[in-house]
Amino acid sequence: MSDLNSVTAAEAPDQMSTQPRPRRGKQDKPRSLAGDAWNDLRKSKIFWVAIVLVVVVLLMAAWPSLFTSADPRDCALSRKFGGPTGGAIFGYDFQGCDVYARTVYGARNSIIVGIVSTAIAGVIGIVVGLSSGFFGGAVDAVLSRFIDIMLAIPFLLAGIVLSSRLSSDPNDDGLIAVILTLGLLTWTTGARVMRSAVISAKNQDYVAAGRMLGAGPGRLMLRHILPNSIAAFIVVLTILLGVNIGVEATLSFLGVGLKGDAISWGIAISEATGTARVAAAPLVWPATFLGLTVLAFIMLGDAIRDAFDPKLR
Amino acid sequence: MTDIKAQMDVIPGVDPRAPLLEVNDLHVEFRTQYGVAKAVNGANFWLSPGETLAILGESGCGKSVTAQAIMGILDSPPGFITKGEVRYRGVDLLKLPEEQRRRVRANRIAMIFQDALSALNPVYTVGFQLAEVFRIHRGMSRGDAKKRAIELLDQVKIPAAKARVSDYPHQFSGGMRQRVMIAMALALDPEVLIADEPTTALDVTVQAQIMGLLAELQQQRNMGLILITHDMGVVADVADRISVMYAGKVVEEAAVYDIYSRPAHPYTRALLESIPRLDMKGQQLNVIRGLPPALTDIPKGCAFNPRCRYAKDPCRQDPAPPAYAVAPHRTARCHFFREVLGE
Repeated sequence: MSDLNSVTAAEAPDQMSTQPRPRRGKQDKPRSLAGDAWNDLRKSKIFWVAIVLVVVVLLMAAWPSLFTSADPRDCALSRKFGGPTGGAIFGYDFQGCDVYARTVYGARNSIIVGIVSTAIAGVIGIVVGLSSGFFGGAVDAVLSRFIDIMLAIPFLLAGIVLSSRLSSDPNDDGLIAVILTLGLLTWTTGARVMRSAVISAKNQDYVAAGRMLGAGPGRLMLRHILPNSIAAFIVVLTILLGVNIGVEATLSFLGVGLKGDAISWGIAISEATGTARVAAAPLVWPATFLGLTVLAFIMLGDAIRDAFDPKLR
Repeated sequence: MTDIKAQMDVIPGVDPRAPLLEVNDLHVEFRTQYGVAKAVNGANFWLSPGETLAILGESGCGKSVTAQAIMGILDSPPGFITKGEVRYRGVDLLKLPEEQRRRVRANRIAMIFQDALSALNPVYTVGFQLAEVFRIHRGMSRGDAKKRAIELLDQVKIPAAKARVSDYPHQFSGGMRQRVMIAMALALDPEVLIADEPTTALDVTVQAQIMGLLAELQQQRNMGLILITHDMGVVADVADRISVMYAGKVVEEAAVYDIYSRPAHPYTRALLESIPRLDMKGQQLNVIRGLPPALTDIPKGCAFNPRCRYAKDPCRQDPAPPAYAVAPHRTARCHFFREVLGE
């Protein structure tokens, strides 16, 4: 069939319309990868659902008072495990605090920890994975062994040590320490995924063709190899975002994460697990918010990844 | 275009009177953990403007590696050029610093690959990839570069170039894709084009179209063309001269007519005899007995001796046969070339 196509294509230009064609915007507008991706994203329902969720969560993190007028620190033991009342639509937790207010106010710490630590892990992962895959040889040997060493260290142990060293000042709220700890300890999986994707992309003919046309190593890496190897990495990062929000809770629970009377979804979840059979609401609601946030970011990551792959168009 | 080219003349020592391209005693080896594979063991040939040189040989005889070494895109490690020179207009490219070498690529010497689908970046439109070459090498604006890209696609006879410029590589058919690849290689008006099995991935009718296109473009631009192939049928139509390679060596070099009428090397002769002919219908095909040698373990003396029906004792001893001058501009690496010629 392809034989036939190519012959007719060459001899009869008018029949070219049998070829599959993408949707096209204005002809004179130069198309670029990002431009095409945006055109695709605009039409994707999943993208818009994800965007709405992400925007809501970000608003909640930035201006929690938009969502609730209650004070999350206004707790009274008399209301312990109280059911939903007027303002407190999710009821009260074991300290008698408003679950809805605490969930809304918890968004800020959770989102900051999740996004910033994932961003740090992402940058380290890309740099390490791309350079070890692209340069190979000694660079690869050193970087790969470094990844192995990082993976061999028990995560929780390293997290406790690092986090407590990074915030030794008792007045510090521990936010920066938690972010750095998570960022510095969780980049390894991404780096490995990136490295193997880069190695397979690097041996493709289009990289040789790029070199043939005089491209230097920087251009080859960023223009040719990176866009062709980032898909799996994006998926790893979106998953990491959710995991990091949860791990923050573990560290806080152990006393080396967020300190004092900090509010976060992770802390709320770990506090409520023990009493979940008495009162489920204090566990269910922060967990639902966490789940929806992670889901939104995963959907966003998927939509973006698909939009940047022209073969799926 | 010539004035821009003059500005690009930053390679010191270029002598316009020197031969366009000369490869002398090129040696390439691959150092792997299983031993050293000697892929090219003294390749010699030259190329003049407007001329087509075919490099012919079985799989694994070092054709593509030679091309990559000339182009400077050999994967190193494991590939190493251990000896020899590649002279472009008198300048030994192998001794140039990488920065200058990169300027030679595409501007002076360009290459097209066997499989155009994998040689085009799947995430960019063909127009973007073509335009990028002009934007980077010629400093053109996006608009101008796109116009040039459309012109080029027109030149390689892609129908409706204006619309197709914003298609992705996978939306083109095999033949069209190879045309895009040719456009890409010709973007900067190279003087030498290396075509590494340009039609192997295509079916026969499209093959003929692509070869016709290459010949036409070559004539328009007076470009030197190195055609790497294992297809003797393709060679006969387009080549001026042929270099036959075996186990990394050029075993015979001659004008195309001489090779087809009177081969001087037993390997060339065997290759010609193995071409199926119409009058052989129903008969068994002639094959060359045995396999090409493993490049990690090349036989002593003439590498072809285990498969050669003319082989005698001197063929099995080192040194390997030198390149005997059979006639002016014609060489063969065989002690018994007179016998093979039938004299």
